[in-house]
Amino acid sequence: MKRLRRAVLLLACVLAACFPSPAFAQEEETVPLTGEKIYVYNWGEYIADGKDGSLDINTEFTRRTGIEVDYSTFDTNESLYSKLVSGGASYDVIIPSDYMVSKMINEGMLEKLDFSNIPNYQYIDEQYRNLSYDPTNEYSVPYTWGLVGIFYNKQYVTETVDSWDILWDEKYAGKILMFDNPRDAFGIAQKKLGLSFNSTDEDEWIQAAVQLKEQKPLVQAYVMDQIFNKMESGEAWLAPYYAGDAALLVEENENIGFAIPTKQGTNFFVDAMCIPKGCRNKSGAEAYINFLCDPEIAAANMEYIGYSTPESAAKELLPEEVVNNPIYYPPQEIIDNSEVFIDLPEETALQLDSLWAEVKMGGPGDSMTLVLTLAGFLALYLAVVIYKKVKRNREC
Amino acid sequence: MKAKAVSAPYLVWMAIFIIVPMLLVAYFAFTDSNGAFTLDNLARVGQYSNVFLRSIWLGALSTAISLLVGYPVAYIISHSSLKRQSVLIMLVMLPMWMNFLLRTYAWMTLLEDSGLINNLLAAVGLPRLHMINTQGAVVVGMVYDYIPFMILPLYSVMSKLDPSVVEAAQDLGADGKRVFLRVTLPLSMPGVISGITMVFVPSVSTFIISKMLGGGGNLMIGDLIDMQFLGSAYNPNLGSAISLVLMVLILICMGIMNEFDDGEAQGGGMML
Repeated sequence: MKRLRRAVLLLACVLAACFPSPAFAQEEETVPLTGEKIYVYNWGEYIADGKDGSLDINTEFTRRTGIEVDYSTFDTNESLYSKLVSGGASYDVIIPSDYMVSKMINEGMLEKLDFSNIPNYQYIDEQYRNLSYDPTNEYSVPYTWGLVGIFYNKQYVTETVDSWDILWDEKYAGKILMFDNPRDAFGIAQKKLGLSFNSTDEDEWIQAAVQLKEQKPLVQAYVMDQIFNKMESGEAWLAPYYAGDAALLVEENENIGFAIPTKQGTNFFVDAMCIPKGCRNKSGAEAYINFLCDPEIAAANMEYIGYSTPESAAKELLPEEVVNNPIYYPPQEIIDNSEVFIDLPEETALQLDSLWAEVKMGGPGDSMTLVLTLAGFLALYLAVVIYKKVKRNREC
Repeated sequence: MKAKAVSAPYLVWMAIFIIVPMLLVAYFAFTDSNGAFTLDNLARVGQYSNVFLRSIWLGALSTAISLLVGYPVAYIISHSSLKRQSVLIMLVMLPMWMNFLLRTYAWMTLLEDSGLINNLLAAVGLPRLHMINTQGAVVVGMVYDYIPFMILPLYSVMSKLDPSVVEAAQDLGADGKRVFLRVTLPLSMPGVISGITMVFVPSVSTFIISKMLGGGGNLMIGDLIDMQFLGSAYNPNLGSAISLVLMVLILICMGIMNEFDDGEAQGGGMML
């Protein structure tokens, strides 16, 4: 969902003409096609594809290795997951987000990577390795990362924004937006209470739900991509969102500021490259992952997609205004104080789902009401049928 | 025999793309993630009773408004000159040329607190109204999006209505009100029934309208199902169970509507 915005982001990057593409290694020879092919499945608009003067990553890979790339895209982690589970297709490289990586590891859906085929893994900074979704870092290589923070309208919100509590401030009733997805919405309540995102304690989730129910009367709407419009037009004043995705909002609109609550901590999200079980060309897939980790390639790619790279070596190749922008690369202390989502056990996931529905419905429902409603309709139906029959009999 | 042969492609199509998926929905609804039989999913649907009630209520409300607004429109169109009729019908269809997501999006900018309508009100010195993110906004969106489905079947029945029947009633001394209540209205019932069905069914199961105009706080059944299949809740078994209950609900509603449709119906407007 959040990726939809990327297309616009890219376009604006080009309009601003702020990132001229570095001249690329044309000196290398073109390798003839080997007849090998790999199938890559990635988020939409999440790779430099040669548009607007960027480097066409997939073509460049084919040129250097002779391996062809069959590239297709998905729009949510869940659709990627359901496609793999249903066995309808097989891929060699996939790029899911953190919690989905851990879910797939838990369900045995990923191949272990052979890191001797991925020498460029050495460029991945230490702090992005062995993250809790893949604690021993055997299955995944980080592709991009980012943080969740608060966007605010400087005209109306004049105080310092440094805490999630501001999203509960009655002064801003009706001007607050919230995530329309349970994990992110609960995450904010959890950090406000000082709890972990990945808690399995029922009470902690209920406490977070209580917070969200308290907040609901103040919330204008639960939205995802719509925050861009609503923040730009001044319809809403405060909205939590993904930093990388929304950097454009701040760049284009001087009234909008961005802050990350440092003390309470925030969500640190990573999208990582993995190889699913059932892949047909593992060595080709590893070559592809290795290629994407090449600092030069990574830098060219990040310039285009507008996300943050986990490689210092790639960061050095990026324009200074990007590297110095705290939205893309926030200070270390903020990163240290953040937490990654990992997969929740099934019970907790079910609890989260019902609590979220409860928050959005304004109260818990019960089976009795539903059964009575259905029974009511059925009774009405029978009544009509019987009435008609009686009437017909009388007429005869 | 010949008719059978001609209908074969459609029957095959129906079997593969309608019957099989419905069986799959039923299968998923009664199994857990490991494929073992369970009734848990159906039991879990109960917790969403509020969402069902709200969807039925909002769906019924928009159907009623569509009928109240659409009936006179269809009546007027069917009683204008033939040349005019085609123009008017085209005007009714015109919004449907545009993607419905876009139309809903347009309503969002109209109804917002800092939207067009509120700015107009403020410009003429009237107080601003809070419209977006309310149930009213959802109903407005649904009526706007689905009203052509009410007008078209009504119009097709009314335009086929034999004028001599009305003339006969008038000749026999019925006044305007009587002619309408005893002749026009009963004869247009098939159109009313199919209009109600065609507006009610999509309204009850709509999902994007409630999301865009209802602010996410006015969850409807469609949103719930969307959440289970493509959202972070990801639970196709529960999603299937919700769909199954929704299907049963709609089936019962259509059964009720069908009961009102027998006997006098010959005009043919039932488009199930």
